[in-house]
Amino acid sequence: MKIVVLVKYVPEPTATWKFAPDLTVDRAGVEGRLSELDEYAVEQAAQLAEKGVASEVVFLTVGPAKATEGLRKALAIGGNTAVHVVDDAIHGSCALGTSLVLAKALEKTGYDLILTGMASTDAELSIVPQMVADRLGINQGTFAGELSVDGSSVTIRRDTDVATERVTIALPAIVSVTDQTGEARYPAFKAIMGAKKKPITTMSLADLGLSADQVGWAAASTKVVDVAPTPARTAGTIITDDGTGGSQVADFLADRGFI
Amino acid sequence: MSEVLVLAETTSAGVRKPTLELLTAARALGEPAAVIFGEASDQVVSQLGEYGATKVYAVSSPDMQEFLSLPKAEAVVQIAQAANPVAVMVTSGPEGKDIAARVAVRLNAGILPDATKVSLDGDKVSGVQTVFAGRFQATSQVQRGPAVVTMRPNATAAEAAPASAQVEHVDVSVGDNAKGARVASREPKVSTGRPELTDAAVVVAGGRGVGSEEGFQVIEKTADALGGAVGASRTVTDQHWAAHELQVGQTGKTVAPSLYVAAGISGAIQHRAGMQSSKTIVVVNKDAKAPMFQIADFGVVGDLHAVLPALIDEVAKRKG
Repeated sequence: MKIVVLVKYVPEPTATWKFAPDLTVDRAGVEGRLSELDEYAVEQAAQLAEKGVASEVVFLTVGPAKATEGLRKALAIGGNTAVHVVDDAIHGSCALGTSLVLAKALEKTGYDLILTGMASTDAELSIVPQMVADRLGINQGTFAGELSVDGSSVTIRRDTDVATERVTIALPAIVSVTDQTGEARYPAFKAIMGAKKKPITTMSLADLGLSADQVGWAAASTKVVDVAPTPARTAGTIITDDGTGGSQVADFLADRGFI
Repeated sequence: MSEVLVLAETTSAGVRKPTLELLTAARALGEPAAVIFGEASDQVVSQLGEYGATKVYAVSSPDMQEFLSLPKAEAVVQIAQAANPVAVMVTSGPEGKDIAARVAVRLNAGILPDATKVSLDGDKVSGVQTVFAGRFQATSQVQRGPAVVTMRPNATAAEAAPASAQVEHVDVSVGDNAKGARVASREPKVSTGRPELTDAAVVVAGGRGVGSEEGFQVIEKTADALGGAVGASRTVTDQHWAAHELQVGQTGKTVAPSLYVAAGISGAIQHRAGMQSSKTIVVVNKDAKAPMFQIADFGVVGDLHAVLPALIDEVAKRKG
């Protein structure tokens, strides 16, 4: 079984993020990393390979040149090879554009099961996996807290607001996993060195049979027209408990009408 | 005025609160038309009408609940193709996202996930989203419609605007290719008698500082004293001191209550991302340097196991 893991190289969450003049995320001016939420998917793929369920694991990313660093990190955790779709014309793509690029790349790589994180830690949209599924005409299971794979299907557990569901999904399928599936291993030095020898194939839009006007900023179905910092919260009152902390909280809550 | 398709969620208790919020927000874009799956009971129809739905599309497909989201997405697409709405609105959440994403691809339409506000400029729909872990508010404009919007619960105050809802029964053909993800079991959440975390006006959340599963009980008692829902940080759910479904933050629930009480939560950016839109924030933490104090309206540097029991007593006293 061939598993392809979709991973994203994102700005470091603790860094100061900025917008570029076109109101896209300034990815060049900030330190990046493999999205932490994709590491869970990488780990699941590595485990499925160790169990002999997966015969091949490929990591796929769409992003700027630096995104290779994210692929190397994934390859240090596990997997065999990676594919990096990089093309300046992709800059500014909306989720529809990104999902189109991913779907075309997946047609090239081939797949039985596609894994990815529940969201990217930058955009946090949680919509691209379902879009990729729709474009490929395959099933999806999102927000999996647990998954098990047999020859022809994947079974997941997912929590919705009102229920816990167990869903059996016929392969081929795409599954997004949550942090409930378990932390990714910390790669040993040997694995990090080994990852440098694993092949990364680079693809452009032309390689995928896409033209520049199908994706990118000009073709985007949504455009950011304004960004403003979230208004800072006015500094609150901080007291040190001297035995009256509880009643002072009660006073505050009563004053605000909560009691 | 154009229709706005609003995907309605119902439980045995009637229409869910986030759906009433959606209907309220939808009125800024056009005339709300609710889509419901299953039986259009008089109670549900009148409740939808009370919040402004002039039409209710009742989709009957007995086996739809057996499959994950895709048949519902196909139904919404078929209704949208006939009704030509200005927008399709759903509540953010696992099912809402699944449906919205598929609908956006099928209609080749712009999608605004996790919007907190929507507006109409001429014929273009715009939405406000909180981005960069809550640090910025981005306004995005949909370039080609219908706009597919997933709305954050609790971002809009539900307001009634009575209309008379006409029921239209819709037969939807769901292909076998939409039936590849079968729900083998569905276990409804056990009701605790407390409000649902994502809808609650008051949330009391505990973090590492509670110390243990027993220690977490003071969080539950405080929530009950204030009539609120219980939340937890990731440390607490990872330690199994509380159920995963109570987790607030990037990989848990996003909440925006009127009051958020954070006890023993240091305030990692991943946690703050899930609660910083709360209107009033009260923080109790032993560590005066906890980042959570930076967003507190009122903070107590102290032991939550002393402060919260005292608060519970005070609340009981004041309520008489």
